[in-house]
Amino acid sequence: MKHLLSTGDLSRTEAVRILDTAGQMAATQSREIKKLPTLRGRTVVNLFFEDSTRTRISFETAAKRLSADVINFSAKGSSVSKGESLKDTALTLQAMGADAVVIRHHASGAPHTLAASGWTSGAVVNAGDGTHQHPTQALLDAYTLRRHLTGPGDASGRDLAGLRVAIVGDVLHSRVARSNVQLLHTLGAEVTLVAPPTLLPVGVQSWPAEVSYHLDEVVGSKPDAIMMLRVQRERMSSAGGGFFPSPLEYTRGYGLDARRLAALPEHAIVLHPGPMNRGLEISADAADSPRAVIVEQVANGVAVRMAVLYLLLAGEQRHDSDETKVDQ
Amino acid sequence: MSRQYLLRQVAPYGESPVDVLLADGEIAAIGTGLERGDDVVEIDGRGLVLLPGLVDLHTHLREPGREDAETISSGTRAAAMGGFTAVHAMANTTPTQDTAGVVEQVWRLGREAGWVDVHPVGAVTVGLEGERLAELGAMAESQARVRVFSDDGKCVHDPVVMRRALEYVKAFDGVVAQHAQEPRLTEGAQMHEGVVSAELGLAGWPAVAEEAIIARDVLLAEHVGSRLHVCHLSTAGSVEIIRWAKSRGIDVTAEVTPHHLMLTDELARGYDPTFKVNPPLRTMRDVEAVREGLADGTIDIVATDHAPHTREDKDCEWAAAAFGMTGLETALSVVQETMVDTGRLTWRDVARVLSEAPARIGRVDGHGRAIAVGEPANLVLVDPAARRVVNPADQATKSVNSPFRGRELSGCVVSTFLRGRATVLDGASCDWSPLAEGVVRP
Repeated sequence: MKHLLSTGDLSRTEAVRILDTAGQMAATQSREIKKLPTLRGRTVVNLFFEDSTRTRISFETAAKRLSADVINFSAKGSSVSKGESLKDTALTLQAMGADAVVIRHHASGAPHTLAASGWTSGAVVNAGDGTHQHPTQALLDAYTLRRHLTGPGDASGRDLAGLRVAIVGDVLHSRVARSNVQLLHTLGAEVTLVAPPTLLPVGVQSWPAEVSYHLDEVVGSKPDAIMMLRVQRERMSSAGGGFFPSPLEYTRGYGLDARRLAALPEHAIVLHPGPMNRGLEISADAADSPRAVIVEQVANGVAVRMAVLYLLLAGEQRHDSDETKVDQ
Repeated sequence: MSRQYLLRQVAPYGESPVDVLLADGEIAAIGTGLERGDDVVEIDGRGLVLLPGLVDLHTHLREPGREDAETISSGTRAAAMGGFTAVHAMANTTPTQDTAGVVEQVWRLGREAGWVDVHPVGAVTVGLEGERLAELGAMAESQARVRVFSDDGKCVHDPVVMRRALEYVKAFDGVVAQHAQEPRLTEGAQMHEGVVSAELGLAGWPAVAEEAIIARDVLLAEHVGSRLHVCHLSTAGSVEIIRWAKSRGIDVTAEVTPHHLMLTDELARGYDPTFKVNPPLRTMRDVEAVREGLADGTIDIVATDHAPHTREDKDCEWAAAAFGMTGLETALSVVQETMVDTGRLTWRDVARVLSEAPARIGRVDGHGRAIAVGEPANLVLVDPAARRVVNPADQATKSVNSPFRGRELSGCVVSTFLRGRATVLDGASCDWSPLAEGVVRP
């Protein structure tokens, strides 16, 4: 595995291997001394063209727990308006000797461009690109689902076969939804997307997922997990695209409130990639309920990102003869 | 006296081989076994197809303003290399071609370059802003004799402004060439809206944004009795609307680009901005529909929409990259490969869609004429049997944003003649100075 750009590039074997490695990483995190020497002397650059304190801190923590040197490079705002191009930024980081570049960018495909360009020889990890992909988020979601829903004992080696997951909200603008649809499908789960028709992309019919406009029906079908997507309030304004009439109407139709929470099966869990809009897509009742695994998702995020960095930077030497290839 | 050329055993329109003599800027004789006079350059034309010089109704030459991407000299040399003898230079320059002064400058630079006849397109509205009409009459009466008006790159979206423009240009037999793109439906649009855009997370440019404007415009043209030209039509629905409009007798013509005849939105998957173009590459179904439309005459012409861009405008993430691709030096090959090699067009049809019809729409004198004695010797000689791999670095255009990079294409231009003078011979451009030869007075 050379880069992690999209969950669509991962085979079932590769995805399970990342989850298993994350499990091993998580086990080390309950020790008193959490730091591992694995990536000592390696340099990980967090290249963030878009603000995301949570994701950056998660990657930074993951890299530091593996003893890598971490450089945070914030290039907020448009790369073009700032005058420095993605290319020049990448060349600069290359000159500084980055072994891995974790990139967050407002333009879909920017990590792809970086990986394909030859501007950097380091591994490229997509930490969210435009409305395209956010693969480590999907991996941490899958890890969380596996931990809770695939039965007791060590989950190693398991996929998500047969699990039924509903993803609810602004699918159109969501890289989390795109990453999850592909990864959950690869792992054998059945995905249902739930959104008002305006927040589903034209072309969604080709995705390996069911589509519903009615959250109550989907909740009634007893899913094993429900994943609420963040909805930006500005999407309702005319300038923002006028995707729905009012926050109140959105909440009535697609918010996870106490009534819908109660209608979920006993074992079902509630996920949210954060940051939440309490009172819009998720009520406080749901967010704070024992079924919500939202805080745990954050912890799992560190373990999953440790696993990804480990497999990209240390896994190469150890698995040279490995047949798995991710960089397509 | 200019050099004479005797083209031996060339096939006009790909039909029976004959000898063709070019002298004094005209086709002087056509026959078999023509005598070779003194000081006549003889060209072995066996296996070569002779066509009227190609006429492009849609070229971006970028000068004035973006001489780093293309100049009138480099762009027209590229045109000659592609078999063209006349091009229409689009109006979205800096300053905009919206006054008589600017269009005359472009026209004059074209004459001085001497590779092809340059016919400037005039902007429909001041600064392409879509708000008030530019001085269309002044441009029409200028030395550049503008007949085609377009805000290309932007749509004349205000229906009242469009109506006025359609009416106004009737006074000098002009035509409005519309870039059909409903602006609200395409805010931030990056690629064709469909299965691929959904997966790539790139903002969609829906087919309906093109079709809705075309539908409106053909009805406006009918209402005011004007002629309308539709630029770079790209969708199956657009073909159907044009077909319907023509069946009603509406005076509308339409063009398709070579890239929309061959390429699809699947190419966006690598996020390579070389494939970012406006209107965007569509689906295979649309490609099939525009081929069908071109074959049955619904689509009148092929025009290149040659849009050179500097490397820095393409060497970046998709959303930050400029729209557009080069096309002058590959157009004829793409038409051959998609339409002639597949049996959908004859070479006589190619002469119609790449020369006669665009010359007629642009009201260009001396181009797109029959291959007959006494006609101006604006001609192109094509080797249809050649195969070549496109290498943008070898092209005459200053820019390298060809979507056909690395592709093997059918056919190549062997020679191009502009009023009897070779601008291209044996696949190489003939450098010359029009000032030295007294064609243009300084």
